[in-house]
Amino acid sequence: MKYVTEYRGAAEAGQWAELIRRKTTRPWNIMEVCGGQTNAILRFSLDALLPESIRLIHGPGCPVCVTPIEMIDRAIALAGRPEVIFCSFGDMLRVPGSLKDLLAVKSEGGDVRIVYSPMDAVALARQHPDRQVVFFAIGFETTAPANAMAVVQAARLGLTNFSALVSHVLVPPALRAVLDSPDCVVHGFLAAGHVCAIMGIEEYRPIAREYGVPIVVTGFEPLDILQGVAMCVAQLEEGRAEVEIQYARCVRPEGNPAALARLREVFEPVERKWRGIGPIPESGWNLREPYRAFDAVRRFGLEGMTAEEPAECIAGAVLQGHKRPHECPMFGVRCTPESPLGAPMVSAEGACAAYYRYRRRAGDAPGT
Amino acid sequence: MCLGVPGKVVDLFERDGLPMAHADFGGIAKEVCLAYTPEVEPGQYVLVHVGFSISVIDEAEAQETFKYLNELAQAAEAEARGET
Ligand code: SF4
Repeated sequence: MKYVTEYRGAAEAGQWAELIRRKTTRPWNIMEVCGGQTNAILRFSLDALLPESIRLIHGPGCPVCVTPIEMIDRAIALAGRPEVIFCSFGDMLRVPGSLKDLLAVKSEGGDVRIVYSPMDAVALARQHPDRQVVFFAIGFETTAPANAMAVVQAARLGLTNFSALVSHVLVPPALRAVLDSPDCVVHGFLAAGHVCAIMGIEEYRPIAREYGVPIVVTGFEPLDILQGVAMCVAQLEEGRAEVEIQYARCVRPEGNPAALARLREVFEPVERKWRGIGPIPESGWNLREPYRAFDAVRRFGLEGMTAEEPAECIAGAVLQGHKRPHECPMFGVRCTPESPLGAPMVSAEGACAAYYRYRRRAGDAPGT
Repeated sequence: MCLGVPGKVVDLFERDGLPMAHADFGGIAKEVCLAYTPEVEPGQYVLVHVGFSISVIDEAEAQETFKYLNELAQAAEAEARGET
């Protein structure tokens, strides 16, 4: 398939690995921000190709993993209401809330539906004028334009039975949170290519400058990731801290202007709680007036719902790169993809699930 | 869920006031909303995420990574032959 298989060639991967080996003179810790990159690194064993002194740290960029537990509880409360059709991306169904997950609500008779696109939820609202359709609008900046369009389209069509449970999160505040953490060991970042396809790279420049860290906007195929690492190592070895784009076939420095205009119209920045990490100021988006009428939290009066996370899950330390998944005492014991204790064990893009799938035997884990 | 998948735009149409396309994903046809890349033309590749095209893939840029590796390989060969 075009733009997929050609980025998976073993010979080219070897060339990049060799280049990285030649450039590296000291140990460097590089965090790949996005869960899609984490998955590719483990699936294709890219870390095993790298010299031992390059350590890849898995970052917080999995929206399924960072959606706060109280949002899951709100979703569960909504999905259990008889008048509601609750629509969600499939990954969210297994994320544990305080007491259960959305899948359990479905098996108890709740009308929970998996959608591929937020527009599918809008279509359902048109088909079922007698029901309330709620869409679980999660995701990073990549997903936000699609979710924004669903709300805009519902407004255009005059739908009074569509609303969105909005839990959008943003990458740059999370990078700052990682860098501000007192035990931060990250020397450089591979930023998420899809996020920057929308947002461009401007907001990353001050981060690179203030913290002195190179940031390379990187794609998701094996060769993209290896080239991103090579570019990041080159900057580190040369003492540079700049924003560079590896994923230039999809990312323009200015981002996607049509999407950016729509995002500014529909969303405003808000403080968001991150699962395992806690509240980060201005790290999320919520609906702006006049679109607040489509806010499910407001429509169903869920403002007061808050919840505590289970203490035995160390997802916060995993998502910030302080601990690796297999260092969690629950990993593979009481926490498995079949019965996840924490959110990173759910989605294939979650670090714990990726380790479980590709590195179950502890001896396989790199860097141990 | 954050995956972006490259698809080839086959034809354009409109639905409910939104520009749309049928796109081909390695033999599987799917509908894609073009609201954020209205300039795209049939035959071009777009990066698709949850039913929306978020970027038009730049063919020339896509070649760069391979061009660089080719140059690298040629330089290495030249070195091996003792030409540098
Ligand atoms: S293995 Fe399970 S319990 Fe441990 S950090 Fe990961 S999700 Fe949490």
